[in-house]
Amino acid sequence: MSGYFEGVLVLLAVNIVFAYGAFLPLAAGQLNLGLAGFAAIGAYAAAYASNSWAVAPTLAVLLGGLVAGVVALAVAVPVLRTRGIYLALATFAVGQIVQATILNLEIVGGAAGYPVAAFIRWPTIAAFAVVIVVIMAALFATRFGIAIRALHDDEIAADLMGLHVRAIQVAAFTIGSITAGIGGGLYAHYFSFIEAQNFNIALSITVVLYVLLGGTQSVLGPPVGAAVFTLLPELLRGSQSWRYVVFAAALIVLMTLRPQGLVTSAQLRRLFTVNRQPNEIAT
Amino acid sequence: MIGQQIINGLMLGSVYAMVAVALTLSIGVLNFLNFSIPGLFMIGGMAFWAISRAGVPWPLAILATLGIAAAISMVVERFTWHWLRGAEQFVPLVSSMAFLILFEHLAVVIWGSEMRPVQLPFAGADWRLGKLIVSVPQLVGLGLSFASILGLSLVLHHTRLGRGLRTIAEDSDTALLLGVDVKQLVPVVFVLAGLFAAVAGALFAIDYRQVHPFMGEAIGLKGISAMIVGGMGNVWGAIVGGLIIGIAEVLSVGYIGANFVDISVFGLLLLILMVRPAGLFVGLATERGGP
Repeated sequence: MSGYFEGVLVLLAVNIVFAYGAFLPLAAGQLNLGLAGFAAIGAYAAAYASNSWAVAPTLAVLLGGLVAGVVALAVAVPVLRTRGIYLALATFAVGQIVQATILNLEIVGGAAGYPVAAFIRWPTIAAFAVVIVVIMAALFATRFGIAIRALHDDEIAADLMGLHVRAIQVAAFTIGSITAGIGGGLYAHYFSFIEAQNFNIALSITVVLYVLLGGTQSVLGPPVGAAVFTLLPELLRGSQSWRYVVFAAALIVLMTLRPQGLVTSAQLRRLFTVNRQPNEIAT
Repeated sequence: MIGQQIINGLMLGSVYAMVAVALTLSIGVLNFLNFSIPGLFMIGGMAFWAISRAGVPWPLAILATLGIAAAISMVVERFTWHWLRGAEQFVPLVSSMAFLILFEHLAVVIWGSEMRPVQLPFAGADWRLGKLIVSVPQLVGLGLSFASILGLSLVLHHTRLGRGLRTIAEDSDTALLLGVDVKQLVPVVFVLAGLFAAVAGALFAIDYRQVHPFMGEAIGLKGISAMIVGGMGNVWGAIVGGLIIGIAEVLSVGYIGANFVDISVFGLLLLILMVRPAGLFVGLATERGGP
């Protein structure tokens, strides 16, 4: 595989992983604008583990996800007391604090950035992405997935039906952050160098864009959104800036035409009904 | 030199305050965090620079800049609000972010990505009060931002338009039932916010004598901070928040060191959001978080 395609493929895989990190809280009706912070924690923790303790890279990535999850859990309990736009801004502040802290953390290079010695090859990264898609699809087929949807549609009704709203929200936020941390670790071990600027507010925002473009109704939304976001700018010709202009304009028009996202549950139902009854249609 | 630092902080803060007013207007009335506002701030600065560079006298250049900002705000309103009714909670926010990306890269395409110096005839006008130096354009800018915020506050409280906007802020469905023309008033909110952002951008260009396509991002973050400190939806809170953030920034860069500024500023924000989500100042605004 040529270097260019390999790079795009890895970026696509990492973006899909990030997208699930934003998808889980969004599916439960919360906007996490601090996702880049958790991706950064995962990336730096994984890189530190493989650099300093010689942990196997794939294990280090999982460890990074775990650290991001622990931090998310500690943050979720106070932060999730706020809601709506306040929650979005609180998570935004968390992301900024993480970035600023890393800039001042000399043990991982501070503002100079942090080189990563170990390397993960592209098939492993692609496998990580596939496994995460499968896990998420399985998760959304369980009671937990149904509970998340219920919360998204009507929090008060979900509460009345006996769901533990706070616990589900904290779980969605934490699992999302673990996923983002894993994505960060994968990024660190492929590109071999990380710095705080990789994980700024722009990353949090673009990942949320993936999810809302793909749609929050279906587990298949995030990969579709991430694919459009990763591949469309690559397909466009012209200067870097023109690409972004066309891309942003396309995004605005797409959101106007399909505010519910590209993939919706009704659409999938239609698709699967056709697939399941081919005989009836044939006859 | 603490006096000089405070003066510098006030000047910077007045720019933040105007951006915070633009953001808070959008949140207060529509419960919508409009990310195109930092983009309109940049357009205000760059369009003013480009028009005055073409030889247009600066008062005309400011008027033309305001016209451009108003027209763009109307377009943003169509795509992020009017045609998105019934969409999910966060979709308008996402579209407004796409507008920010669009504006920034369009500016790069048109004007290039480098930092541009702004030359003005009165650039050297400074007043000396003892040891303190006050630049006259900055002072005019400070006065102008206070005056426009005062004007906005008067409009909100004493006109039919303001009553309509405040009714929508309470509940847009009820406003519709009471005969408020919501469809007509929402574009007014966008245009007002866009004008405030653009004036702030032009003032920034005059004060700091430089513009570039990504100048809106850092200011946008500071404007959001100022808005939170002042309480979302609170116009006077926004100005106090802007001044506090401006002074705190200048003082902490001077005395604590730039490295720890972000940690302390955003830590403080997080604390405010959790302890006093309505902001430090209880005011006219209703506490809103949405469902």
